[in-house]
Amino acid sequence: MSQRDPLLIGQGLRKVYGNRTVLEVDQLELFRGELLAVFGPNGAGKSTLLRTLAMLEKLTAGRVEFHGKSGKKGEEALRMASAVVFQKSHFWNDTVEYNIGIGLRLRGMSRITSQERIHSICDQLAISDVRTAHMSEVSGGEAQRVALARALVLDPEVLFLDEPTSNLDTDAKLDLRTDLERVARERAASIFLITHDRTEAFHMADRVGVMRKGHLVQLGTPTDIYDNPTDVYTARVTGAEFTLAGITKATEERMVRVDVGGATFLALGEAQVGQPVKLVYRPEDLVLGPPSSPHRELSTRNLVYATITDRRDLGGLVRLRMQGPPELVALVTRDAARELSVEVGTRVAVRIKATALHAFPTASDRNI
Amino acid sequence: MVDPLLEALRLITSGDLYVWNVILRSLQISGLSLGLAVVIGLPIGVAVGLANFRCRMPVVALINAGLAFPPVVVGLAVFLFLSRSGPLGELGLLYTPLAMIAAQAVIAGPYVAAVSLAAVEGIPPDIALQARALGASRWQAIMLQLREVRTSLVAAVAAGFGAIISEVGAVMIVGGNILGETRVMTTAIVLETRRGNFEVAIAMGVVLMFIALFVNVLLLILGRRSIRRPLIA
Repeated sequence: MSQRDPLLIGQGLRKVYGNRTVLEVDQLELFRGELLAVFGPNGAGKSTLLRTLAMLEKLTAGRVEFHGKSGKKGEEALRMASAVVFQKSHFWNDTVEYNIGIGLRLRGMSRITSQERIHSICDQLAISDVRTAHMSEVSGGEAQRVALARALVLDPEVLFLDEPTSNLDTDAKLDLRTDLERVARERAASIFLITHDRTEAFHMADRVGVMRKGHLVQLGTPTDIYDNPTDVYTARVTGAEFTLAGITKATEERMVRVDVGGATFLALGEAQVGQPVKLVYRPEDLVLGPPSSPHRELSTRNLVYATITDRRDLGGLVRLRMQGPPELVALVTRDAARELSVEVGTRVAVRIKATALHAFPTASDRNI
Repeated sequence: MVDPLLEALRLITSGDLYVWNVILRSLQISGLSLGLAVVIGLPIGVAVGLANFRCRMPVVALINAGLAFPPVVVGLAVFLFLSRSGPLGELGLLYTPLAMIAAQAVIAGPYVAAVSLAAVEGIPPDIALQARALGASRWQAIMLQLREVRTSLVAAVAAGFGAIISEVGAVMIVGGNILGETRVMTTAIVLETRRGNFEVAIAMGVVLMFIALFVNVLLLILGRRSIRRPLIA
């Protein structure tokens, strides 16, 4: 786990292209030993954030400190102590070995030591077979491993990864992710990962940052973000992809009671009475039971009765669309679906825990 | 036709003093001209190719216009500069190898600059960022960018060499075709043809053709090597 020792600090980071602000982040710290993943959709400003933190791009305003140094000194220190793997890596028109050794040569390392390190990293990342091959002869997956190898061979204090697996097919992505976690954690002190893949971010990171429209809208541990999304966007990208529109009827401490088309739901969140809100939920958080004698775990809170209107089999899971009111979507296991004998037209009792339902005022400019 | 050709080959293979003197003088003058053109033209081509500055377009246009300068006009301009009444007349360089080197460098320079500029302009912009991301200083990043177009840069040098080795007008004007001093293969071919010494003219022609062939084969080899393009993944 990370020690609370900031290695890299970004303050008041602002980047403007023409009259378009693409990045506006007040404060971001990368601690020694941690893997910080920032994720968000395309165009959220993730890559700009990475390039500014890596001091590869000039800021319109703000500063980045590495080991307490900023400006030219900080840039020089970070340049020698970091490495970046881009989404689209450029490879020099030469062999795999040459490409892996570039950073070592730039640091003036002797040929013999370089060779030893290149052999070692090739072994670790399973690319020894192609070590002497020309770059034009390797596959996309191997090329991305070469990109990773030439960064990791430097044993960087900070490793910046800009969507390193995004161009790979599913198998190659999973393989690389496994190696990335194992080898990168071993060889790099701290890792700053940019991704639009929430599974990757949540699976690998110690802390996760969520970016949207140039802003870092939430930063915390994966559990924090999963359990307490601060807005509709974060809730959606963490899997709470379905929303219900309602009106706040009553408020309690950190809870609101919301009317959704006649059905009342208790949800986490803050809103004023009478204020329109959106309730977001993850389909897997809906618990289904028979309507006559609801499952013993189904309390009367947040309990509605609905009729199945659509059933889709998704391999091991079944997606059910139901009409209550309100209209709901649930994701259940095939076994659960079989047990309940759910088909189109079946009547079911549906319950969702108040803590799995998040309410956000629709007036908030942070909502979608 | 066959007899003069055989005689020409005999002159080359037997190490004829006159023929080899002219050949070596040609290579010497063209080599030094090329060196000068590379020292000046290559940095200009690379700098303009990599930089982004105001008035870049007119500078690029000027360099490219240099390709169309008629060598004989370049020779005339250099002649006027070096003649007694010219700004550099006091140096007394007219009809010396130095004058020929200067004229040929002016002819080859734009070739070297223009071809290297085009090569550098074609470098993907992400190479510099990638180099910096691996720890390169600004200077190292430039060198790593140039490494990617090294074959094109060699082609720029070869293009400059091709422009001057077979050039006759300018060297004739500023060199004067003095035996042992400023007589080179092209001016010798003109002179020996007029004299009716076809075997000597053919001998020079054969060597010139051989050099032209050599340069083109070299370009072909470099071109083949560059077929294995760098990839972006």
